[in-house]
Amino acid sequence: MAELSNAPKPASEDLVDIYRRMLRIERNEDAVLASMRRGRLTMPYYSARGQEVIPSTISHFLNDEDQICTIYRGIQDMVAKGIPLKPLWAELAGRVDGTCKGKGGAMHMTHPETGIMVTTGIVGSSMPIANGLGWAAKLDGSKRVVIAYFGDGASNIGAFHESLNMASLWKLPVIFVCANNRFAEHTRYEDGTAVDQISKRAVGYNMPGFTVDGNDPDDMFAHASAAIQRARAGEGPTLLECMTFRFRGHVIGDDDKYMTKEEKEAAMAADPLPALRARLVSEGHATEEELTNMQEKIEKEVEEARDFGLESELPSLDELRRDVFAEEIPA
Amino acid sequence: MSEMVKMHAVQAINAALHEAMAADDKVLVLGEDVGDKEGGGITGITSGLSTKFGDDRVKSTPIAEQAIMGAAIGAAMAGYKVVAEIMMMNFTTVAMDMIVNHAAKLRFMSGGQTSVPIVIRTLTGAGWQTAGQHSDFLEGWFAHVAGIKVVCPAFPADYKGLMLSCIQDPDPCIFVEAGGTFFIPNDVPDDQGPIPLGKANVVQEGTDVTIVTWSAQTIRTMAAAEAIAEAGISAEIIDLRTISPWDKETVLASVEKTGRLLVAHEASRNFGPGGEIAATVSEELFGKLKAPVKRLGGPTCAVPFAKNLETAFIVQPEDIVAAVKEIMA
Ligand SMILES: Cc1ncc(C[n+]2csc(CCOP(=O)(O)OP(=O)(O)O)c2C)c(N)n1
Repeated sequence: MAELSNAPKPASEDLVDIYRRMLRIERNEDAVLASMRRGRLTMPYYSARGQEVIPSTISHFLNDEDQICTIYRGIQDMVAKGIPLKPLWAELAGRVDGTCKGKGGAMHMTHPETGIMVTTGIVGSSMPIANGLGWAAKLDGSKRVVIAYFGDGASNIGAFHESLNMASLWKLPVIFVCANNRFAEHTRYEDGTAVDQISKRAVGYNMPGFTVDGNDPDDMFAHASAAIQRARAGEGPTLLECMTFRFRGHVIGDDDKYMTKEEKEAAMAADPLPALRARLVSEGHATEEELTNMQEKIEKEVEEARDFGLESELPSLDELRRDVFAEEIPA
Repeated sequence: MSEMVKMHAVQAINAALHEAMAADDKVLVLGEDVGDKEGGGITGITSGLSTKFGDDRVKSTPIAEQAIMGAAIGAAMAGYKVVAEIMMMNFTTVAMDMIVNHAAKLRFMSGGQTSVPIVIRTLTGAGWQTAGQHSDFLEGWFAHVAGIKVVCPAFPADYKGLMLSCIQDPDPCIFVEAGGTFFIPNDVPDDQGPIPLGKANVVQEGTDVTIVTWSAQTIRTMAAAEAIAEAGISAEIIDLRTISPWDKETVLASVEKTGRLLVAHEASRNFGPGGEIAATVSEELFGKLKAPVKRLGGPTCAVPFAKNLETAFIVQPEDIVAAVKEIMA
């Protein structure tokens, strides 16, 4: 992985915060899957279990003003950024109290208050829009930064190339964060991508590009910090290729036949979540008791959000005519 | 009283952009070659803007339609009003994802939390031998998508007034500029303000037959008007100006009066916007029609290059005269 000189190292509170975000993502997902099994949530769900370090570390450096554009596999990005869980759950359930009144659903979630501007189901489309938000940030004279999350497969779409070129040309405060989980749907990385590291593509756009261990909080911390600082200082975009693995297939229900048993088992054995927990305790950043309390608190929050979301009403049929335009459209 | 100024469409759009940018510093312009260094656009529509308002607000872009549209959407979501140029309407196909899946739907999918106030300016029109990939009128495609307004002016005053409205509109608008309407000078009030979207213009009143048309086809329909009158037929000519939402009220009131309807557009007839208008009129006024509704549009082929073929593709004034006579027979 790329070395950064003078790489900043996370302090105890940084690591604990990153862990808290990861745990919130994981506990939330666990409850989502349980609700899906019970038939209480019916939707295609794209798990990012195993990829939590990436958004958790990035979000550690973001504030409410900062914005993200993410993808169908993006609930972890939203939870890491701080989306409130109640409206999140109501949206997953397609209910009126959802972030989007149940009209966006899991794949198209928006919550501007916490900087979640776009969630897209179209591979590659988070990047062009992030550029526009970055352009606006620059015009506003603001220091806010914009994160474009996407997968390795998305880096083969035209929108990626157009966006990196434009962001570099215009020195936009955008960080392109690729979660390289080594699969695009069922296609192996090397069968779909002509270059061995996506970060190398940054060279062609005159932008710094790094391949980072996306499961290692230290490596992520150093690179996220540098990229965000660079963007805030007006020095332009960075491409971060964050190496990771998704444990639960492309979409829930997918049978993983395209992975080897060995690679999946090896990845799961290196699960970054329990690894960080063990580290927090062994290095003395937190005690077992503190982490157990943290978990209980998060679980309670998730349960409340779940109950709130599942008990929320369905949106009224009038909503079909509302929000198409600013003015309601005639029947 | 406002004074009349003679100008053509290019000048009218340029004037609208100047006024809008001066009035509101949230108005931005971007697109290929739009800056003055690059000539102020291929037809000069954005000429003078970057010199006056700066390269931050008027940005020439790489040839990257997805990136242009995405940047427009993102900046619009962040509170700007963005006029994005896609050089030719056929190139919107390259940015269709951004337009259809994102710009048009973000308000709805976000439950009204975000909006995308952009204007997509784009040039098209048959008649210049630009053939298959530079001449398509795709207004029907966009009209079929909920959440985007489709504006197709014909006269300089409308170009100015409708552009001002599009910029003010809180939602995405596609503003179709037709080459065939461009260099015809016409009267524009010196204080021409916004013209409401979704309102048709009755360019000629009549009692026997209603002709609904828009964009360059309006110019050709006006060219047919004299021959129609000479045949003793009183035609009411409606320039729709906005295709989506279209002004049903004006059209229905007119057909109720005349009992006959011809829709004439430049896009291919099959599955074209004429079908929607004809169907609506048939549904609403079935018992009042004195003749079957008629549609004129291009054949189902790409716009051809050869001059004779291109001329045959375009609905000509004499085709309109013949169709009107047929309806009256
Ligand atoms: C433009 C487009 N083409 C195809 C798809 C179908 N599809 C959905 S996810 C996906 C794989 C994308 O892989 P990657 O970018 O690596 O992200 P990951 O799912 O691994 O997070 C594909 C092909 C789509 N949603 N959009």
